[in-house]
Amino acid sequence: MRRDAKFGLALLLTPLLLWLSLLIFIPHIDLFLVSLRERVGVGKYDISLANYLTFINEPLYMWTFLRTAVMSVVATVITLLIAFPVSYYIAKMVKGRTQSALFLLCLVPFWVSELVRTFGWMILLRETGIISNLLQSVGLASGPVEMLYNDAAIMVGLVYTSMLFMVVPLVTTLESLADEVVEAGYDLGGNGLSVLREIIIPHAMPGIVSGCIVVFMLCLGNYLTPTMLGGKESLWFTELIYSQFIVRFNWELGAAFGFLLLILSSVIVWGMLRLTGQSLEKTMG
Amino acid sequence: MKKQSLMLSSAVAFAVIAGATAASADTLRLLTWGGYAPEDVVAKFEDMTGHTVEVTKSNNEEMIAKLRATGGGGFDLAQPSQDRIAGPQAEFGIYKPMDMSKIDTSLFIPSMLEATKGNTMVGDAVYGVPHVWGTSGLVVDTAMAGMVKDYTDLCSPDVAGKVSYRLKRPTLIGFAFSMGLDPFAAYGDEAAYTDIMGQVEAKLIECKPGVKTYWGGGDELMGLLRSGEVVASMAWDTGGWKLNADKPDITFVAPAAGALGWVDTFVLPAKGKADDAAYAWINFVMQPEVAAMITAAAGNFTASQGADEFASADLKARYQASFPAEAIDNIKWYPPVPAGLEAIEGGVLDRVKAAK
Repeated sequence: MRRDAKFGLALLLTPLLLWLSLLIFIPHIDLFLVSLRERVGVGKYDISLANYLTFINEPLYMWTFLRTAVMSVVATVITLLIAFPVSYYIAKMVKGRTQSALFLLCLVPFWVSELVRTFGWMILLRETGIISNLLQSVGLASGPVEMLYNDAAIMVGLVYTSMLFMVVPLVTTLESLADEVVEAGYDLGGNGLSVLREIIIPHAMPGIVSGCIVVFMLCLGNYLTPTMLGGKESLWFTELIYSQFIVRFNWELGAAFGFLLLILSSVIVWGMLRLTGQSLEKTMG
Repeated sequence: MKKQSLMLSSAVAFAVIAGATAASADTLRLLTWGGYAPEDVVAKFEDMTGHTVEVTKSNNEEMIAKLRATGGGGFDLAQPSQDRIAGPQAEFGIYKPMDMSKIDTSLFIPSMLEATKGNTMVGDAVYGVPHVWGTSGLVVDTAMAGMVKDYTDLCSPDVAGKVSYRLKRPTLIGFAFSMGLDPFAAYGDEAAYTDIMGQVEAKLIECKPGVKTYWGGGDELMGLLRSGEVVASMAWDTGGWKLNADKPDITFVAPAAGALGWVDTFVLPAKGKADDAAYAWINFVMQPEVAAMITAAAGNFTASQGADEFASADLKARYQASFPAEAIDNIKWYPPVPAGLEAIEGGVLDRVKAAK
């Protein structure tokens, strides 16, 4: 009987283990090994840390990573600020059909691919685009306005793309907050602000943390939105990895960049958790 | 009983069909550029030979990256430019030598065939034969930016904010020629090449504020030019001619420093499985009538002997307008890129991209 249970467990775990080892562990080990190679001649390679030294010694790469990380943090904060009231409204203020309808509205944009959504933003923001023409026709602008190809455009795209991944965990946690608790807060003399600070936010913390982690990672690893909306000013870390692998045939440096992205982003998430006094166990449990 | 016999007979039929296809026909997995394998050509080839063709569209860098990832497997025929064959072959060993006896060399323009054979030679083996050729230079809205005659004119204040080019190696090479340097002569000398690229880098950073955006794909550029947001750009000749058909003001201009000439080839990936189908495809598409169909789809001329007669009059007229005789002589043909040069260029392109 015990042996049967063990066998069943092993059988159930096999797909997960296969997935983890074949698609996560082995490629990463290979990536790591490639990143340790240095090209010394035609088709000849030595083992060295040269690729990692390139990252440290070339300020451009470090700067690109910092820029990507900072922009991703800002995008995460903006997403949270917009998504929190929206989620609260969906979870607490409306009920029944309206609730489902509003939730569905958040979901609808994700039925089309990211590429199409990004093209949509390009049509809106470009010099001969809809917003530019609208501004001119109401007389707010005298000539065509270019809103693409800058950091603000990247930010708009990132926040839009990430919104759902913040709304879903927030709605789930906020729904589990009993209305009586909020009422009790008011009964005990709290005002809107103190109820928000003392009751709602602490209760929603697991949702906020998991939403923030997901959104931050998605922004950091996004390739399409920054390159298309950012144009000549994009400069995103994933773009560097792509160009090392595909355009420059420099897999060694690309692999080192990929590994650094993994390590540095994990460090940033860990640091943020420590800074805000949260832990992964609390969030997930 | 009846059901069983039906199953049996269908199984037999299936086995016969499967056996027949395996014996006489292969699947040709073709890694090529958009327009080089138009549907009508593929259909004609499949009818004639019984082979099936699977087309994957790509570009130079992606072709090499794909073949490198599999060690030259996954495709039976690829079409990188002739300058990107010897280097990657020496470095990664992703191609296999061409058996020239299986190719009908009488279908090729002899001078182009010889040049490509020379450029794609590693050791004693020939790795490529020419297919489609063309140039890259400037696509200009002559009504708005008639003064743009050379690559460096893209930095002129007259067109500031309405200019686009790619952040890739043709831009570096074009700017270098336009600045009076000769990057091709420095291919073999890393120090000299680094020096030239350093000068180009400074120029490109100086020009950056006037650039609208660095375009990534052909369609993106077409959109920018068509909407009038960009009036002068670096691009392929066919892009300019295509736009010329819709907007007569826009056309391809061969730059004063010389248009950059490329030849896309046929090569056999190292682990290709259908070499016979690949040779059959090469001999098929190099026939003048078929080559003319490809010219009509891709907009570029081919190395097929006598195909010009079948090309459309419109295209010929546009070609002649863009290329007076002296401009043809001035075309700078890409020599083979030595392995490792991309790293130097890569650093330059990264720094230009990061510059404010």
